[in-house]
Amino acid sequence: MTNLQMPKVEQSILSMKDKIVSDFENILDSKNILFDDDEIRPYETDALAAYKQKPLIVVLPETVEQVSKILKYCNENKIKVVPRGAGTGLSGGSLPLADCVLLGMGKFNKILEIDYKNKCVVAQPCVTNLAITHAVQDNKFYYAPDPSSQLACSIGGNVAENSGGVHSLKYGATTNNLLGIQVVLMDGTITRFGGKTLDAEGYDLLGLMTGSEGLLGVITEVTVKILKSPEVAKAALIGFSNIEDAGRCVSEIIAKGIIPAGMEIMDKALTKATNDYCKAGYPVDAEAMMIVELDGTESEVNELINRVEEIAKKNKCSSVKISRSNEERLKFWAGRKAAFPACGDLAPDYMCMDGSIPKGKLAEVLKAIQKMSEKYQLPVANAFHAGDGNLHPLIMFNANDPEQMRKTEEFGSEILKYCVKVGGALTGEHGVGIEKRELMCEAFNDTDIQQQLDIKKALDPNSLLNPGKVYPILRKCAEEGRVHVHGGKTKFPDIPRF
Amino acid sequence: MSMEEKLNSQTSLDFKSSVLKPETEEQIADIIKRCYRKNIPLEIQGRNSKKNIGRNFQTQKILDLSNYSGIIKYEPEELYIKVKSGTPLKEIKEAIDKKNQQLAFEPIDFGPLFSGKSNEGTIGGVLACNFAGPRRFKYGSARDHLLGFKGVNGKGEIIKSGGTVVKNVTGYDLSKILTGSYGTLTVFTEVAIKVLPKPDSVKTLVIANPHLKKGLEYLSLALASSSDPSGAVFYPEFFSKEFTFNDLTNEGPFSAIRIEGSKLSIDERIKRLIQELKVDKKDVSILDPEQSHIFWENTTSLKVFSNLKGNLLRAVVPPSETFDVITKLKPFNVKYFIDWGGSLIWLQLDKLTANDLKRIKELILSFSGYLTVVKIEESLKSSVDIFSIDEIRYKISEKIKESFDPKRILNPGKMYSGI
Repeated sequence: MTNLQMPKVEQSILSMKDKIVSDFENILDSKNILFDDDEIRPYETDALAAYKQKPLIVVLPETVEQVSKILKYCNENKIKVVPRGAGTGLSGGSLPLADCVLLGMGKFNKILEIDYKNKCVVAQPCVTNLAITHAVQDNKFYYAPDPSSQLACSIGGNVAENSGGVHSLKYGATTNNLLGIQVVLMDGTITRFGGKTLDAEGYDLLGLMTGSEGLLGVITEVTVKILKSPEVAKAALIGFSNIEDAGRCVSEIIAKGIIPAGMEIMDKALTKATNDYCKAGYPVDAEAMMIVELDGTESEVNELINRVEEIAKKNKCSSVKISRSNEERLKFWAGRKAAFPACGDLAPDYMCMDGSIPKGKLAEVLKAIQKMSEKYQLPVANAFHAGDGNLHPLIMFNANDPEQMRKTEEFGSEILKYCVKVGGALTGEHGVGIEKRELMCEAFNDTDIQQQLDIKKALDPNSLLNPGKVYPILRKCAEEGRVHVHGGKTKFPDIPRF
Repeated sequence: MSMEEKLNSQTSLDFKSSVLKPETEEQIADIIKRCYRKNIPLEIQGRNSKKNIGRNFQTQKILDLSNYSGIIKYEPEELYIKVKSGTPLKEIKEAIDKKNQQLAFEPIDFGPLFSGKSNEGTIGGVLACNFAGPRRFKYGSARDHLLGFKGVNGKGEIIKSGGTVVKNVTGYDLSKILTGSYGTLTVFTEVAIKVLPKPDSVKTLVIANPHLKKGLEYLSLALASSSDPSGAVFYPEFFSKEFTFNDLTNEGPFSAIRIEGSKLSIDERIKRLIQELKVDKKDVSILDPEQSHIFWENTTSLKVFSNLKGNLLRAVVPPSETFDVITKLKPFNVKYFIDWGGSLIWLQLDKLTANDLKRIKELILSFSGYLTVVKIEESLKSSVDIFSIDEIRYKISEKIKESFDPKRILNPGKMYSGI
């Protein structure tokens, strides 16, 4: 971020580098300790690639005991630790700090157990989301949450971010599909929350850890529920000549008691871009295009998809097409799933925002975004998980132009503030990370944030685990942060800015 | 005006009274703030439907939320209802029923168990205890249905988290840590609850089968089938007598599997399920929608334990372990039924000793499960652990408690001694 402040770099830690490396050699194999510039460069950023910072040292532990020893050592020596899974996060949650040890979990990449009797899979955290489904699909099971990065993103990262996906209206996000985790706390404590049963007794520490963005503990093992694959899935591809009709159609589908497996809307700009990109057969003249997917048993799906078609027609759709085969259904989705690369073709860079809004406010919010687009003179295309109100505007810009970079950030912030204003949320599934950190005050007041910081303090009293993420540093009561800011002026003008 | 005076002016309550019945969020915050300053512990109450669950503890004052009630906003198309925490569950269910919606997690009605008549309590109490009914394995628990809240922590500060939208990952998910915390961390004030459409229709496949092993197998197969069930229970002989079914003459143990959805699909799914389970037609009864509703309501309200004199325990184990667990429980002379597709065992013990409870608890833990004491003889209550916890989780829970309620004034000791 052009003006993003990160926690103060501790010079004393930088100067300890050689000693830390040699101490780590007592904990793990020296080949798993990286500190040369060239070796650590791959770890300098995640999928929020506009922001880069090389860590002091990268460690790649292979066992939970090593993770525990590393954290204990760092805790005792007041060294910051940034955990990292597959590095596909979109909010900068694993952006390193100059004086941090980056804890790369990449070697934890095995599925430990497939347990059909209890309908769950036990996996190490860096197994990819899709690998879990691949491991059980021959027996017609699958893992439900499907973030668009599922080919690459790790299950541990999914837990840290509470990732969703296009099917989360019906099947929930990670938190609703997770049974247990093994976790290591900053002081080196190894423990388990949950297991293979539902609703473990006591405080729901599993629920607290889920979505805590690597600030409360390092996940070393994950147990997820697997579901029987639906027998049939069908999709309807529906065009609308205005966004209001599309919005009304969404509301009426829900009001009529139908919970689709997925319900996506794309605006005209994105419909055209994706159709040009992968020839998905989209109605490119439509102002809004909707994909509604139903899954379940054949008779149920057939009945419901007919009802969806009727509702669409009643709401003045301009076109409607029902998939006749699984291939055709997948073709409907191909365009939607190519939304990012399609925008990549239109501009040198794009930034994907991630707000949540009440479904009924879609038309209002899209119009407001259009106005902002004109104001900032930056094109935008919108994808919307209509079922659960999760809006992904893609702002197109050129990152090499500092002025455009600045305007893009402002544009993005204005969109998210608007989402909060209409009753939505700053982030639906990408997390706060560094990207939306300073916007937290839009959603929470000081007392709310202080309560969350008190929880952080309970589990990580020295604030060493992934500091500088999620919670604003420029907040009024900055005593919990490691940086003290007075009157907007930084006390340490020489600290790095990204 | 000083802060103290300002707070006083907002509260028309007599603070001297031992039962405080606030009507506004400000009053709740004011009461807790005063108690925080003066180190006065509080017992948090709704409609006392689950008062007996948890450890015994004594407080100087009671914070009674039954006058803090009402629906704040209901938006059926946005799939949420926002209510004050003291709102009776019954009122919420009636309101959303008018729009053909429901609380899909089927909160347990403990009324019949403790008092012989229905008392579903308040939504605040439902969230505080986090018990879900037969639909748990498909739709989640209370913790999965709380979208956001406002509440008052142990310092008397009003805090909030989440919102009214389903997808929201802004900050820590405090809705989760508070749900199931038995009022020991924060007093909920306003809660936004996810609602879902009611299914068009429902039918239930009842299969008579004499053996537990076979019964469990049916549940497991049903859950792994493509018939998409939303309830799967097993009642053994002792309790099966409490149920009569239209065309089933066999009066023995049975498994019951609920199928919900569109009318057309239900018949097809049940037909296929019968084939998949390879059951004989003569052993099968299909409950129509009306009978189904009654059956599942009776299961959710623990009808078989109405006015129970003895003890009731609730064990949750991985379904693969259930058969062995029950076999090993036989010497304790338990009466049981099984819910959640084989994972939840309700255990009735007419007589119980502290030593037996300890042994049962160890047994359940050894099978990677957990055991909660729901109802226990008063003479035993103060001498046994109601909830189980290991040393590490106790230490973490202690710190979490400290972060919300540093002076331990909210339901102190309700879950664990010292928390």
